[in-house]
Amino acid sequence: MNTVQPDLAIEASGLVKHFGDVRAVDGVDLAVRQGGVYGFLGPNGAGKTTTMRMLATLLKPDAGTARVLGHDVATHGAEVRRRVSLTGQFASVDEDLTGAENLILLARLLGRTRPESKRRAAELLDAFGLAHAAGRQVKTFSGGERRRLDIAASLVVTPDLMFLDEPTTGLDPRSRSQVWAIVRALVAEGTTVLLTTQYLDEADQLADRIAVIDNGKVIAEGTSSDLKSQVGGGTLRVRLQDPFQRAEAEQLLSAALSAPVHLEGDPTALSATVADAEQVAYALADLARSGMAVTDFALGQPSLDEVFLALTGHPAEERRDATEEDAA
Amino acid sequence: MTTTTAPQPLAEDAVRSTLSIGERPTPVSSLSASLTFGWRALLKIKHVPEQLFDVTMFPIMFLLLFTYIFGGALAGSTGDYLQFVLPGILVMTVTMITMYTGMGLNNDITKGVFDRFRSLPIWQPSVIVGALLGDALRYSLASAIMLVLGLALGFRPKAGVVGILLAVGLLLIFCFSLSWLWTLFGLVMRKPESVMYASMMVLFPLTFMSNVLVDPETMPGWLQVAVRLNPITHLVTAIRGLMHGTATSSQIGIILLMSAVFVAVFGPLTMRRFRNLH
Repeated sequence: MNTVQPDLAIEASGLVKHFGDVRAVDGVDLAVRQGGVYGFLGPNGAGKTTTMRMLATLLKPDAGTARVLGHDVATHGAEVRRRVSLTGQFASVDEDLTGAENLILLARLLGRTRPESKRRAAELLDAFGLAHAAGRQVKTFSGGERRRLDIAASLVVTPDLMFLDEPTTGLDPRSRSQVWAIVRALVAEGTTVLLTTQYLDEADQLADRIAVIDNGKVIAEGTSSDLKSQVGGGTLRVRLQDPFQRAEAEQLLSAALSAPVHLEGDPTALSATVADAEQVAYALADLARSGMAVTDFALGQPSLDEVFLALTGHPAEERRDATEEDAA
Repeated sequence: MTTTTAPQPLAEDAVRSTLSIGERPTPVSSLSASLTFGWRALLKIKHVPEQLFDVTMFPIMFLLLFTYIFGGALAGSTGDYLQFVLPGILVMTVTMITMYTGMGLNNDITKGVFDRFRSLPIWQPSVIVGALLGDALRYSLASAIMLVLGLALGFRPKAGVVGILLAVGLLLIFCFSLSWLWTLFGLVMRKPESVMYASMMVLFPLTFMSNVLVDPETMPGWLQVAVRLNPITHLVTAIRGLMHGTATSSQIGIILLMSAVFVAVFGPLTMRRFRNLH
């Protein structure tokens, strides 16, 4: 961790940040390889945003060190800023200006000439499906349009590393899939993306590796399948036609899944945490062979809550005090 | 789904074609970055012109009320009073507008766009310097509005056009320097509203406990002391003097000195706070 590894986009050790008495970030170590998407998964107030802001040179760590693209964030902030972009959790565009003006402003600040800036703005607005909104003030934009403009604003000059803070929180499903498409395009062109999210599903879809953050600490790190194997593949819910068969079904399922089975409030329903999907197929086949008719079954991905329950023994709960600072 | 006006689907390929990693324009100079932020301020005046009128309407009302209601009683005739009060009202108007500097800055921080600017490879204080440049234009516009109205009502400065230009120039220097106090407020306080109330608390007593509206000679002695210590009083004296051709170099000198002190004190405090922002 102490030697510089050139293929690491981010390496951090022992990062700490206090806000008053709250340790928002409490000793975070990171090693993020270049290329692909690295996900920070955790509830509000876990310290995701604070960590990201320290890496983007917006916040000075109280302790610990971090190198971003080989440059120390504390001593070579300007070098870091030259090569990264940040899209914050809240719209980091000027609401009073139009979509085009926002992009032209950034292109000018990044050293483009006026005609180049106009061309670049038009090009980005087109590609991000915002050409129709180019001349409108951002305050009239929908949530999805605003978020796309926000991301486009970070790509006026293509960054080597992009910080994306909860890019899909509060978006409708279509806008969400649009943002995912943008992230995939970025990665395909070679940008490394550091993404924070509250959704396991999103981390699973996009991220190559995930760090689970809770109370300012990294409590688990690995690929999505690493995490799932720690957490279990998800929850199987089964509903039987005949409630009187439930006791028998419970025994059968717990044997087939080698896991405890919970009886739900609904007298026909059972649920169990399963390690891998294949077991589920066998378990359901067992039920059918024993003559127990199943009206409905579902295999759900573990929720963030279940991940936290499995990793920490407590559900993901918001830390009120830290949330406020996280947002600040 | 609120994006009903966006019929075209988002193509991953279209996004990819706009990206080119590794290609990087040369960083801009601090002057160029500041000017670009000044341009942003102009765009804001274009899109939100109300903020200019909000702050000029009040002094225009004052000018009309004081000139026509009290003018005769205070100075013998409304015409004579106008010659006295207009430079004062001009100072009042423009110093009041300076508080928008802090509010604007605070708004940028609370809304989140400030984070974007701070993550850019630019000379960091250019955000503030650029905003102040834009403000200087706002001060000039407000001065023009007041002066045109004054001239229409019968204001006749004895020092003519040169006097007016020098007076406005001095006023701009003072207000630019005073703005550094508001930028500090803007960085320290949590909400734009708090910044506004705090600036009002400073500006209201300062502009009224001065020689803006009346000659302080009739005030009680203790109040005269307060009025004489008030920087606004000195500013009004200098502006009035420049417009009517009676200003002395010491009257102008003290304003330049005060401006320098404001910048020397609040400039570094603002920048220190700016660097340690979270």
